[in-house]
Amino acid sequence: MSVLTALLRRELALAWARGGGALLAVGFFVAATVMLPLALGPAPERLAAVSGGVTWVVLALASLLSLDRMFERDFEDGALDLLALGPLPLEMVSAAKCLAQWTVNGAPLAASAPFVAVALGARLTTAPMIFAAAALGGVAFAFLGGTGAALALASRRGGVLIAVVVLPLLTPPVIFGGAAVANFTAGLPWATAITLLAAYALACVALTPFAMAAACRNAQS
Amino acid sequence: MFSALANPLRFMAFSRWAAPLLGVLATGLIGSGLWLGLNAPPDYQQGETVKIMFIHVPAAWTSMLAYACLGGASFVSLVFRHALADAAAKAVAPLGAAFTAIALITGSLWGRPMWGAWWVWGDARLVSVLVLLLLFVGYMALRASIDDEARGARAAEILALVGLINLPIVKFSVEWWNTLHQGESIMRAGGSTLAPVYLTPLLLAGAGYAAAFGALWLERIRAEVWRRRATSLALRAALA
Amino acid sequence: MIGQALSAGKYAAFVWPAYGVSVLGFAWMIVDTLARAHRWRRRVDRLERSKEP
Repeated sequence: MSVLTALLRRELALAWARGGGALLAVGFFVAATVMLPLALGPAPERLAAVSGGVTWVVLALASLLSLDRMFERDFEDGALDLLALGPLPLEMVSAAKCLAQWTVNGAPLAASAPFVAVALGARLTTAPMIFAAAALGGVAFAFLGGTGAALALASRRGGVLIAVVVLPLLTPPVIFGGAAVANFTAGLPWATAITLLAAYALACVALTPFAMAAACRNAQS
Repeated sequence: MFSALANPLRFMAFSRWAAPLLGVLATGLIGSGLWLGLNAPPDYQQGETVKIMFIHVPAAWTSMLAYACLGGASFVSLVFRHALADAAAKAVAPLGAAFTAIALITGSLWGRPMWGAWWVWGDARLVSVLVLLLLFVGYMALRASIDDEARGARAAEILALVGLINLPIVKFSVEWWNTLHQGESIMRAGGSTLAPVYLTPLLLAGAGYAAAFGALWLERIRAEVWRRRATSLALRAALA
Repeated sequence: MIGQALSAGKYAAFVWPAYGVSVLGFAWMIVDTLARAHRWRRRVDRLERSKEP
């Protein structure tokens, strides 16, 4: 257990130090969302109608930030080789990295999401649901994003390549999360949507570490 | 049967007659399917735009078949470390992307006169096919961006499998999303059952597209086998 | 029969471009595939011939 804790602590520290930690992601999130009313015009009903959806999309995009450095630094300075040889399986190392990514990147984004949505005109009562959907969705984004980052390791290209590879995979959580928020706002049954989102996030946590470990090994040999 | 194909020499011998045969079969099936389809009476709701159904739906079916093949070949390559399976995976992607693009463009042209929009988000199949295009593009981009061929093949395999597992979920999520937005969703013209006068040509064209895909895929794998042989021969000559 | 087959009424502007795109798509797939196969086969033959002596 202590080995895992040590690893988690390390990954959290690395993730925090990476690119300004949470501040960068939240900053991007807010800045990008500001674009919407500037582009759409200030009419409150129109903005309110799309507030949920837009918040969700920009959240997904903001989650892609700093993904490429998730594995790259360790890969370049040889730490990944050491981790691969260490007591914990590479799958668990990958999961720890994703968990750290979510803690440092996804959770702050989830916390900011209700503020952003309300600023766009969403009703205050929807704030808890927006937070819940963003938090759960963030888990899926972190683990799927990590998969893309691990796959792109061998290419040294990162960045946009990861986004192109990962975005189509994000379709299900985006749909489920968006539906949960939209239904909640409209007073329609939302339980199915949020359950599907939670199930998808859990499936990502359980399955993607295997893909990530395989991708890391591929880049190392 | 597959073990016979696993050996590259046996595969080349097999595909030598199989590819042209499938090509001829495809021509016959597509020809007869389109002939019957074009001669079918205009649909009650769609008018003559029903003629587009016979080239759109088979393309969409084939694009999904292509991704299934990509996933299957990637799985075999990953598990059995078979170079031929990897060549097959590499060969499928551009074909899949082409069928997907055809499906999307013809789908757009089909939707415009019917529902007044060039793109219809309410069509679950169309949206799924769009995501499929993005998956193909991502696969090809990843493969192309890794210089080491073997590493690129491996990374692409993993991605293909992740995409394959995701694909049913994507399809489900899009369909489910459509049922939510029932008011805005569009009923597929003709309802869920298709009259035989339309169904028969559709199935013929569908089978024909699949046969064409098979022929093209086999030929592309042959090209890839030759490319690898050429590369290794050139390498040997350079080192000699 | 041909008359019925080729008549698309007011939808002609959509139907025929759709067929056109499909034909183009197939044409690209066929030409590119066969050209590739041809090119690499020729390369292999040439390399094998040159290493014989």
